Amino acid sequence: MTPQSTFMICAPVRDGQLDSLRKLLAKMNTAKAVGHADPANKLVAFGRFERLHFARFTIIETKIADEIKAFGVTPRPWQSTLAFLGDCDGDKDSFLAELVAHAEPGLTKLFSFCVGFPDANSEGLLAWMKSHHVEPKASYVNWIGRTVKQVHEEAALHQSLSAYLQRIVDEVGRENTRELRQQLLSHVEMEKQAGRLILTPPTPTPCVWQVCNLLHKIGIPLLLLLVSPLLLLIAPFFAIRLRMLERSDPELFIRPDRKHIQTLSAQEDWDVTNQYSVFGDVKPGIFRRLTFEFILLLTHYAARHIYNHGFLARIKSIHFARWVFLDNDRRAFFASNYDGSHESYMDDFINKAGWGLNLTFSCAVGYPTTRWFIKEGAAREQAFKYTQRRHQIPTEVWYKAYPDLTATDLVRNSRIRQGVEIRPASDAKIREWLSLI
Amino acid sequence: MKNSSDFEFDDLQGLLRFGHGKLTDTCFMLLNIVDATAARQWLNSAPVSNAVETEILPKTALQIAFSAQGLQAIGVKDSVIEGFSDEFITGMSGDESRSRRLGDVDKNAPKKWLWGGNTAQIPHILLLLYALPSGIDSWRKTVQGKKFSKAFKVLSQLPTQYIGEIEPFGFADGFSQPSIDWQRQQSTDPHDRNGYSNVLAVGEVLLGYPNEYGQYTARPLINPIADKDAAILPNAEDVSGLKDFGRNGSYLVLRQLDQDVPGFWQFVAKAAGSDPEKRKQLAAAMVGRNIDGKPLVSTIVEDIPGIERTDNRNHFTYDADPVGHECPIGAHIRRTNPRTGDLPLGVTGFISRLKKILGFGESRHDEDLVASSRFHRLVRRARTYGPMLTPKDAIKPDAPTDERGLQFICLVANIARQFEFVQNAWAMSSKFNGLQQESDPLLGHRQPLMSGEVTDQFNQPTPAGPMQKTCPLPQFITVRGGGYFFMPGLRALKYLATLPSQGSDSTS
Ligand code: HEM
Repeated sequence: MTPQSTFMICAPVRDGQLDSLRKLLAKMNTAKAVGHADPANKLVAFGRFERLHFARFTIIETKIADEIKAFGVTPRPWQSTLAFLGDCDGDKDSFLAELVAHAEPGLTKLFSFCVGFPDANSEGLLAWMKSHHVEPKASYVNWIGRTVKQVHEEAALHQSLSAYLQRIVDEVGRENTRELRQQLLSHVEMEKQAGRLILTPPTPTPCVWQVCNLLHKIGIPLLLLLVSPLLLLIAPFFAIRLRMLERSDPELFIRPDRKHIQTLSAQEDWDVTNQYSVFGDVKPGIFRRLTFEFILLLTHYAARHIYNHGFLARIKSIHFARWVFLDNDRRAFFASNYDGSHESYMDDFINKAGWGLNLTFSCAVGYPTTRWFIKEGAAREQAFKYTQRRHQIPTEVWYKAYPDLTATDLVRNSRIRQGVEIRPASDAKIREWLSLI
Repeated sequence: MKNSSDFEFDDLQGLLRFGHGKLTDTCFMLLNIVDATAARQWLNSAPVSNAVETEILPKTALQIAFSAQGLQAIGVKDSVIEGFSDEFITGMSGDESRSRRLGDVDKNAPKKWLWGGNTAQIPHILLLLYALPSGIDSWRKTVQGKKFSKAFKVLSQLPTQYIGEIEPFGFADGFSQPSIDWQRQQSTDPHDRNGYSNVLAVGEVLLGYPNEYGQYTARPLINPIADKDAAILPNAEDVSGLKDFGRNGSYLVLRQLDQDVPGFWQFVAKAAGSDPEKRKQLAAAMVGRNIDGKPLVSTIVEDIPGIERTDNRNHFTYDADPVGHECPIGAHIRRTNPRTGDLPLGVTGFISRLKKILGFGESRHDEDLVASSRFHRLVRRARTYGPMLTPKDAIKPDAPTDERGLQFICLVANIARQFEFVQNAWAMSSKFNGLQQESDPLLGHRQPLMSGEVTDQFNQPTPAGPMQKTCPLPQFITVRGGGYFFMPGLRALKYLATLPSQGSDSTS
């Protein structure tokens, strides 16, 4: 099994360079769809990186920094920042090296818009990128271990089986379950031999990753257990303080600018999957910041060890997501890749996992008032939809390695492959397998 | 509020409560205001129908709705219009991104529409006239009265023609509707809403009332101190001291949908073969109901709030048919109202509830892919146009090809979350509920996805295993026009009629 990792290179953009940077970034996109990368673009030909699931270039800007004034706090200055982020198979460092090996001129051109690039002391692009890397506080992978290669191979398998099944179903007879399966299997064999289908077996899980994963898996609960007397002790104070803040935090009911929404939606609904990036302030004060950190620690744990095969609580439409702290933990950035339109993404979240949204976002400025951390919040539908759109930032360039496919498609295709490789236990199971094709 | 009779039905337009089904003669007009003063005078005496139930059925009805441009033209201040939702202000065709979401691309693209597609020429007013058979001409004269021709320019009269309680393909239509909770008795708390209910919060159709989230949808509220005329408006229930221009009003979505009736039945005949039974089955599978309206899934014995047990056409959910053996997942009515509750099936107590909330305990991998229905309901008030063509005649190679279709109308309080969501995420999406390569068998435009994956199939799951595939489906329905309107409450209409003249009256 090949685990996935994420990268995010962040650097402030030089003064006065934003517009030309935007223009350059726009050149990476296809003419067909606003904000969608041409996989073969000259700067970073994303398509040639077999390990890359998703990538994006975003300019992290803050047009709503003043909102924190409602808390009686002076906004901190923020210099617009270029962020290059993505999700890849295998470890991050070797992927960054691969990126540099094949796209050095393009990346150099892009990052030269940033402050401190090239760095006189650094040993070059790779080192610079590494030194500007930001680790997420939490990250979510829809299915840990599912590689880009696997996605493509399984999609091809699905297509091939689907076409073949149509050809034979009438001849063999719909009810003739076993015979259908037999013929489909021999079809796969023949296609494999002809080199038209490939089903690469999973590679062994890297030992280091396994050990780290295990340590993380038992380490965090152990740590929590260790400090649990302390946690118990502070729990009542925490609850009181939380309720006080929930009552006193200003509620910002501000409608987003229509132009802003039009800019955002111009990039959406070209593919079945969309990108989402939001950026905002962490609510002032140590209490909110530590709470936020603690929740993200738990989120990361849950994502890594519990929600790692196809669903995040009741949500099945997210491919990758990450929570990042920037500016000395005073600001938070969240990015995700989700299936369906923006409106349905938000509705899905509010209705199916509002409690989770409240936990993981209510420590950010502008979030609708919650009650006892998990109640209300997102269920204040209008306020929530306003605030998340207001904080959303456009993504200049977005790449997805498997357009037209949703997370649900990927799960189904894997199940189809499983049915090829492992004999279903009963006729009923064979019928279920056939129904997927 | 206990009795539904306590509800201020005298302040909302009748269409919100009644389909005016007996009034089969109709005239739908698109108007532009040319003289705002005259328009206000006309409006002041216009016999707009309210929603009060009368013992003797009325012989006529009149409803009126305004586009954002229409409100502006009659003299509403921009600051008030800004209180409406972005969808309404931008309009159905006003943003390419919206068109893409709604499937208004290719043959459906606004630039090909007969009306409403040119953002510089959005009709100001939609006037809906209803009368008993052959009563429409005299009703139209009555309605128009004196000031009418001075006030308005008639842009077009949309075609309508009564062909029975069916839509042009021949299927019974319009009888599955949410039951509005006028008494405001049903809880909107998710804890009480595991399963499907057909009862819908008033705030899902009318502005000014709590919606299914228990929240008030954004709408224009007016300070009566700054605007004296606003004194006649109802009070805002949620903000003291302000008047509610939206209260008892509703958004009206209108789409003129051309139906290729011969194309539909000839395709069905070709795909299903010569057996008439098989043809009926295929067409019914696409709709999710037999031609007479009988649902493809069995009715159930458990109660469904808001549906009479004796209502054989509606007393059902899809709970007992999770994979679609009886009614395909992709059937039109299963898409447009999946009859889902807030939680997946199988919640029996606290533990199982918690498990489901956390995403565990699923019996199938493709469970729980669909949103809860209650946030995405539509009150539908469509009327047909074009002469009747029976399926039998439609199959004939020389079938007449007159224009036929639906003036699709739905009433909602939140265009984005209700109409646009249903149209986009449920009807047009080729990925709805985990499906593959198929959008709504009736509504789909059949355009491939970005990288070429087709969307022109129709799949019927079968107990034997392999899906019964029908493809490629041609496009049966083409959008010919459309718009977002606001149908004000009656006091809001009075407010419009008494607006002071503004600079914009220079057109008169
Ligand atoms: C010309 C186009 C259309 C045709 C021929 C058509 C046909 C039908 C038919 C025959 C029914 C079953 C009758 C009933 O349940 O009342 C139905 C139901 C329904 N349709 Fe359509 N329809 C069309 C367009 C639309 C559009 C554009 C939407 C919304 C985006 C829509 C939403 C619905 C809904 C919500 C139901 C009720 C489903 C239920 O509650 O079970 N329809 N339609």
